[in-house]
Amino acid sequence: MDRFVKIKEVAAPLLQSNIDTDAIIPGNQLMRVSHSGFGGGLFANWRYRTETNGERAENPDFILNQAPYKQAKILLAGPNFACGSSRETAVWALRDWGFVCIIAPSFGDIFYANCFKNRVLPIMLDFAAVKAIAGQVEDSNGEGRVTVDLEHCLVTAPDGRQFAFSINDYFRNVLLQGLDPVSAVLQYETAISEFQEADRMRRPWVYPDAETAQKIEESVP
Amino acid sequence: MPVAEGLTYFDKVWNDHIVSDLGHNTCLLHVDRHFLHELSGAMSFKGLSEKGHKVRNAELTFATVDHVVDTVPGRSDLTQIPNGTEFIRGLRQGCRQYGVPLYDLGDDRQGIVHVISPELGLALPGTTLVCGDSHTCTVGGVGTIGFGVGSTDGEVALTSQCVILTKPRNMRVNFDGALPSGVYPKDLILYLIGQVSAKAGVGFAVEFAGEALRSMSIEGRLSICNMAVEMSARTGFIAPDSVTYEYLNGKPFAPQGALWDRAVAYWDSLRSDEAARFDEEISIDCSRISPQVTWGTSPEHVINIDNRVPGEADDATADDRADIRKAFAYTRLQPGMPLEGLAIDGAFIGSCTNSRFSDLEVAASILRGRKVAPHIQAICTPGSMAVKRRAEAAGIADIFKAAGFEWREPGCSLCMSGGAGGESFVPGARIISSTNRNFEHRQGKGVISHLASPATVAWSAVEGKIADVRKLVQ
Ligand code: SF4
Repeated sequence: MDRFVKIKEVAAPLLQSNIDTDAIIPGNQLMRVSHSGFGGGLFANWRYRTETNGERAENPDFILNQAPYKQAKILLAGPNFACGSSRETAVWALRDWGFVCIIAPSFGDIFYANCFKNRVLPIMLDFAAVKAIAGQVEDSNGEGRVTVDLEHCLVTAPDGRQFAFSINDYFRNVLLQGLDPVSAVLQYETAISEFQEADRMRRPWVYPDAETAQKIEESVP
Repeated sequence: MPVAEGLTYFDKVWNDHIVSDLGHNTCLLHVDRHFLHELSGAMSFKGLSEKGHKVRNAELTFATVDHVVDTVPGRSDLTQIPNGTEFIRGLRQGCRQYGVPLYDLGDDRQGIVHVISPELGLALPGTTLVCGDSHTCTVGGVGTIGFGVGSTDGEVALTSQCVILTKPRNMRVNFDGALPSGVYPKDLILYLIGQVSAKAGVGFAVEFAGEALRSMSIEGRLSICNMAVEMSARTGFIAPDSVTYEYLNGKPFAPQGALWDRAVAYWDSLRSDEAARFDEEISIDCSRISPQVTWGTSPEHVINIDNRVPGEADDATADDRADIRKAFAYTRLQPGMPLEGLAIDGAFIGSCTNSRFSDLEVAASILRGRKVAPHIQAICTPGSMAVKRRAEAAGIADIFKAAGFEWREPGCSLCMSGGAGGESFVPGARIISSTNRNFEHRQGKGVISHLASPATVAWSAVEGKIADVRKLVQ
């Protein structure tokens, strides 16, 4: 995976509270067994409208359909962004559309965890700070760039004002080093075996005995 | 680190699952049970096979189909949701390839994942259960610590039987007092979310406690924990007690004999210590709660059925007012209006929140000898094959059908299918629903969902409008 270090990009404000992952990627946009190609479905119910002839067309009132926000790589969001469904497609849709960083006062916990698996950086800043940055972006009609520096944990608004953010160092490293989340756990195989061996003594009922294992086996298709 | 004698239930379960401490309050945590369903499971299997990884503990991994499958009688792999078949077959293929048991279509154990895991005794107190679904917290009703995860974490769990998590903080919610008649567990959790907001639980493991829960059935407890994620909690649970043990004893995958006694002793030892400190503590007086109905597009948009939706003058911040205006635009309501008496087009009883036997039983007690109002599209999807069979044997299915409800096969159905272009209410319909999410378009294009208890749903279906079930009970 690529590493995430520092970016200076267009930021799009979407400051409503509790934007859920159903809104980020509606159910009818996620029905493909795939890990990419979901950008077209991002915010589909807001981004498109149905014309009188039944065709889907861009809704010009939606911010991501407007220049220069069409080029945005940073999303400025309200509290509890991406709450709700665990669908990882919400991250894939944002990433496939072009976003690499979301700045919000808080996030749905599952979405927040999913971001780090997909090279998307979620940053928590208090709402006043997010609104201050959004205000400057809007004053410049979206032209003012926002800088995000993961190495130094700093967000710089278009006018140069800086906001420090804190982030879990474990997950920060995952992004800085571009670690693959699945391969990253394989190095713990010995620890996992040791844990299970001791745990089988401590909590034997968690692990199926021969009879139960047989029962389980029978349900394998 | 907290001192040894001041640990919460959550601390103890967490500590007993640490495989490796990665620092920064983050651990590699053992997954005792991993449940897959076709929507995220097919994705996880695809990732696994592309990367050439193996399933580490197939005997601790279980699968069923619920999200995408149809719920109409005579269903097959073909789905009303466009392209659903690929998910069903992808899951089945993965289960076959990696040796994972699957409770498939036609199996007596099939059902909504969060309904069947406690039913089968696969969710046990003091264990961790992971599933690619946000309502995995439901299993907290039997004292299981459930974590909803994305499909990449599903791959991680398949490969390593672990997940990497940052430890949530501890919150306790005390439900004090007794529930008034006509008020159900669903009303309690909706009321709580209305009080504390849909974001109050971010980063927390929430222990639900208090007098009202001790006398509550496991099915009621599962409904409460189900909606922990609607206050954005990382997980929610209720410490096990004699009600839990009675429920689990004899379940297919629950320990037996001497092992059962040993397990119970261990489970008892997990109870939060008297000296345990919670980062947040909230108390709710249950005796003052009315039936709850949502009016907006977030579960926090909820009121007592005898109150009015927020008005223009209500004291709210400018941000809240903008959110409220947006919600009203979607739900086509006016500030300050009552919900009681609002005409509805449909009613749904189902979902991992309220599709268990006792939910159907309560609804049937209201529907008995009555009919849903003309023009109401009323649908019931039992949560599992076991619930369905039991309800059919008890005559409950007949009551639903006689009242004008469609009686369906188990699955998520109109909880998610409507939004995915499958089984749906008619576009723009106003419905009352026993589900957990009133999000825009969740139950169909433009469909307005009012969340409520199964009793409120049943009575409203009969009245043809949002109705106060207490007026029937009295
Ligand atoms: S019933 Fe609804 S909320 Fe529950 S698991 Fe299924 S889709 Fe999710």
